[in-house]
This record gives sequence, structure tokens and C-alpha cells, in this order.
Amino acid sequence: MDSLLPVVGSLLLVIGAAFLFLGGLGLVRMPDVFNRIQAGTKATTLGTILSLAGFACLQPDWTLKLFLIGLFVLFTNPLSSQVLARAAHRSGSSMSALTSVDALAKDRNEPTGKPL
Amino acid sequence: MNLRDSHNKPSKVGGFTVLFVTLFFFWVLLNGSLATDVLIIGAVVSFLIAFFFRDKLAWFSELRLTPKALLTTVAYILYYLKELVSSNLNVAAIVISPDLPVKPGIVKVRTKLKTAMGRMLLANSITLTPGTLTVDMDGEWLYIHWVSVDSPDIETATANIVGGFERYLEVMYG
Repeated sequence: MDSLLPVVGSLLLVIGAAFLFLGGLGLVRMPDVFNRIQAGTKATTLGTILSLAGFACLQPDWTLKLFLIGLFVLFTNPLSSQVLARAAHRSGSSMSALTSVDALAKDRNEPTGKPL
Repeated sequence: MNLRDSHNKPSKVGGFTVLFVTLFFFWVLLNGSLATDVLIIGAVVSFLIAFFFRDKLAWFSELRLTPKALLTTVAYILYYLKELVSSNLNVAAIVISPDLPVKPGIVKVRTKLKTAMGRMLLANSITLTPGTLTVDMDGEWLYIHWVSVDSPDIETATANIVGGFERYLEVMYG
């Protein structure tokens, strides 16, 4: 058991890092700010939580505090993304030319972002 | 965000208890210790905060404290984690594929949830599920950015995006 925990922890760290990397790749590849926020939020949440779980396996004493950090990440990450997306839309940020529908602009008379 | 129209007002005592337990729980986790003096300080401080702010933090206390609601909470958390993982695999698949298969758009969906906390959890859950991001909220209407819009129709979009979580949150918060 003692020898297994570090292995599991390291694996979790690697998987977490992989998701964080994919999130970063998403930030570069996605066409507009909303899609970038999507990639950023999801991948960083799971990536961070997996990394924290990995740390918990390597340092079992820290488990409670790491759990708490994970909980706060889980609650604050989607909130901050929502606020960012809201602000981006309000300021008329450009949307990808692929965008098919924008119900918010229609309802609020907000500027539809110029297609990129 | 207009979140003030909560219908079923919780009882004051129930609100106080939930807030107290939550605060105390976080205090113990933060300290990582069960020493008597730590517990006493935590209990006193949590009690004072819960006592003075039981109305201000009412959104904390809208959780129904029935066995069924608590069981549903566990089911909700499991479903949430499952969706979080599938959401990540979904984003990963899009990001890796060379032709970047996105068809984004902002659609409007409607929620049946009435309480502020229920709606907040719904919005947060939607943001962390495959391809959807809550952009804004207006009463019962949610504006969702969707990476691959299947249908701009309100009914279909609502069933696809909101349905899964609403099942659980309805029991928990109403």
C-alpha cells in the first residue's frame, strides 16, 4: 500500500497536467473568446482537481486542505467564467463566423460581435 | 442577475442550522485539527456569524433537509462528476481534432427552478458540462453559449442542456 500511493499520485499528476495542457491548447486553437473560455474553464477545473488529488496521494497529511482548495476551485471557476463571458458579450466582443445564433444579442439589443 | 424571487421561504431555524454546520465544517477542514480549543473557537465564531447573518445568507439555507433531498444531493454530486469528466474528454476531442469541429452559438433556455441557490447551482453545473457555458441569467431564462448548437429551438435546447441537472436540483431546492 505504501508503495502504491506514490505511483497513483504521480499518475494523477500526469493526467491532471495533460488536461491542463489541453486547456492551454484550447485557448490557442479556439476561434473566439467564448469558445476559449469554454476550453479554459472545463480543462482547468478537472486538471486542477486531478493535480490536487495527486498531491493528496503524495502528501496524505495535506488531504483535508487540498480537498478544500478543490471545493473552492469547483465553485469559483464556473462563476468567474460566467462573469468573463458576460462582460465579453456586453462589450461586443467578436464572435466566430461559425456562430449560428445569438439569442442574447437579440433579446437585449446588445451589439452582436463582428464576425472574426 | 435577478435572483431575488425565491418562493418557498425556509424556516429561520433551518437556515441558521445549515449555515452554522457549513461554517463549522469549513473551519475544521481549514484547521485540519480536532483539538478542543480549536473546536470551541470555531463553534463560537460560527454560531455568531450564523446568528447575525441567517437572513442575509438565506440562499445558503434553501436546501431542503429531507432524507430524499440528501440522497438526491449525493446522486447529483456523482452525476456532476461524471459530466465534468465527459465534458473534459469532449473539449479534448475538439481541441485535438485538426479541423476544429465547432458550431457555436448562444441559445436561450428556461429553468423550472425557483430558488436562488438552485439556479446558481444549475448555472454553475451547466458551465462545467460538455460544450455549454452560462453567459447570462434573467429570472427563469438562461443564456447559454454552446460549442455545437444542435438546435436553436428553446424546447429542445432546454431538454438537452438543463434537463439532466434540473431533475436533481428540483428535489433539492425546488
